[in-house]
Amino acid sequence: MKTSDRISSAFAAGREASQPLVVPFITAGYPTATSTVPIVTALAASGADMIEIGMPFSDPLADGPTIQHASEVALRNGMTVGKTLEAVREIRASGTDAALILMGYCNPVFAYGVDAFIKDATQVGVDGLIIADMPPDEAGEFLVSCRAVGLSLTFLVAPNAPDDRIRKVDGASTHFSYCVSVTGVTGARSAIESRTIEFLQRMRKLSTKPFVVGFGIKKPEHVMTLGPHADGVVVGSAIIDAIESVGGAGAVVVDAVNAVSTLVAPLCAAARQATMTAQRREA
Amino acid sequence: MSEITQHAKLPDKNGRFGQFGGRFVPETLIPALSELEEAHAEAICDAEFTAELERLLCDYAGRPTPLYRARGLEDETGGATIWLKREDLLHTGAHKINNTIGQGLLARRMAKQRVIAETGAGQHGVASATVAAMFGLDCTVYMGEEDMRRQRLNVFRMELLGARVVPVSSGSRTLKDATNEAIRDWVTNVDSTFYILGSVVGPHPYPAMVRNFQSVIGREVRAQLLEAGEAPPNLLIACVGGGSNAIGLFADWLDDDINMVGVEGAGHGIDTASHSATLSRGAIGILHGTRSYLLQDNDGQVQLPHSISAGLDYPGVGPQHSHLKETGRVTYTSVTDSQAVLALQRLSRCEGIIPALESAHAIAKLYEMAETNSIGESDRVVVCLSGRGDKDVEVVTEHLDAHPEEDLR
Repeated sequence: MKTSDRISSAFAAGREASQPLVVPFITAGYPTATSTVPIVTALAASGADMIEIGMPFSDPLADGPTIQHASEVALRNGMTVGKTLEAVREIRASGTDAALILMGYCNPVFAYGVDAFIKDATQVGVDGLIIADMPPDEAGEFLVSCRAVGLSLTFLVAPNAPDDRIRKVDGASTHFSYCVSVTGVTGARSAIESRTIEFLQRMRKLSTKPFVVGFGIKKPEHVMTLGPHADGVVVGSAIIDAIESVGGAGAVVVDAVNAVSTLVAPLCAAARQATMTAQRREA
Repeated sequence: MSEITQHAKLPDKNGRFGQFGGRFVPETLIPALSELEEAHAEAICDAEFTAELERLLCDYAGRPTPLYRARGLEDETGGATIWLKREDLLHTGAHKINNTIGQGLLARRMAKQRVIAETGAGQHGVASATVAAMFGLDCTVYMGEEDMRRQRLNVFRMELLGARVVPVSSGSRTLKDATNEAIRDWVTNVDSTFYILGSVVGPHPYPAMVRNFQSVIGREVRAQLLEAGEAPPNLLIACVGGGSNAIGLFADWLDDDINMVGVEGAGHGIDTASHSATLSRGAIGILHGTRSYLLQDNDGQVQLPHSISAGLDYPGVGPQHSHLKETGRVTYTSVTDSQAVLALQRLSRCEGIIPALESAHAIAKLYEMAETNSIGESDRVVVCLSGRGDKDVEVVTEHLDAHPEEDLR
């Protein structure tokens, strides 16, 4: 399938079934140097039509302690941008057709070289990019290059942004936007706040694209609460926590694979329920 | 000259100094940075704000600081005329308070009840805690665990001032990680909190705003020389970590035809892996919201800097310094830990002034320039003595115990 068509068809399938996508996140190179391919393959097999793969960075300032830790472990395992792209190539070679989104920070991508990165990412089968510290105001040529090759570039939309800012950010995203559920870093939250839902409702009015919501979504009830208000829910820190519970950096790969599959199945089930709730509400 | 004149107009509306600077931050901070930019721009045009800033700099911080003619140092360095700009005599012992008073006033103006700060050596943390105490603001300071060990005295001072000091145990446990943690706090508590950033680094408008608050240093030098009937200097020297005291001294002189030298920490030597000479040895990258020179590996991961001076121990540098390097307006160079410790001892003996290890880097460059005949009798030099050395006696003692051949006692 052509790059970023996978994104469109994932959202289209979601809309068709009136179901939000469950979008799991895993840091490349965590828990081990060779675990990324089996974990992503297993996530796809568990029903995830879109998967985020984190490119580790030494100074991940949008991330809470859980993903910071995963990044540190991944860097100790020798993970690089180049090796992350290589893992994507292997995932595609194994026949996985889920949309794959690379998520990271500016500096490692710029150090790899913007043109080389976009070319290589497209070639190995990456569908989209999210750069946490690159707001649209700074995206300039990067955005132009992504558009030129049809690579998706997603910008983060924050709940404290005024309406005109939300329109600008959403307008800059090529295929879909990413709503940050609360002001804060990844992973930080125990209960859903009502203002998150208000934010997503505001986003629905302002946005012209599909959007996912992430940061702090860990449990089936979170998916059920937020799912009706978005086109997808991103689950990140909970995946890392699940792998930590089976040994983290010392985990056997098959245990890590089982742990994430066990976590994701009920989240996908919750996503199906979320739809029903939404339909009842609309009726 | 046109090239030189442009410096005063920077940054542009996008927060750029040439290709450097910008606002590479998570989206949540964009509204806060825009709000801050606007508040700062309004405040500096408000006569009431600037009058109060001036009053506090004078009555509370102790400005103007003396411009001291250092004749003992002149005797040692063979004839150049040398002035020391005595920022070490300010309240809290370093130039950092020029900036924290300004940002503290802004926090109050923006009705923020809580301030946060990052700190390396603890000087900026102490200056932030001091101003927070004076203004009655709640203050949290992030400090790397490793720095808390190295600078226990400053931790105690901050706590005495009523601040909460939060140990940072991630990454290298130093200033870089304390800054990450402060930014994470700000992202989380952006509505209630003002982030008092301590140097001319970070996302726009911080590099410009901190420069504006620190540029009182260079303006005062100009006024003091004029009042004394002295000709202008032909050389300015300051140390560069993030670079706030250097920009503070240089900013008012960028359009004048004089030389400027910024001195980075060469640690164990710039050809080793242990230094903090970002401009001399780094490559262009993005850290803490700004594009600037950066110590990083080939994969774009940030490298751990080293300097005996905790205040220079930072892998990045202010974007305006990167621009001043690229345009050739300022010369950036470095001296080693050993040179700095020697300079600290020599200045203590010839002038009765114990400089901070950071400032000792600028003094060490002066000695080196004298020894290589790069300066002579016709030269008129102003060195920024950015801080006092009391905080460093333990570190210096440790260094001299390990290197008895460098001990002047």
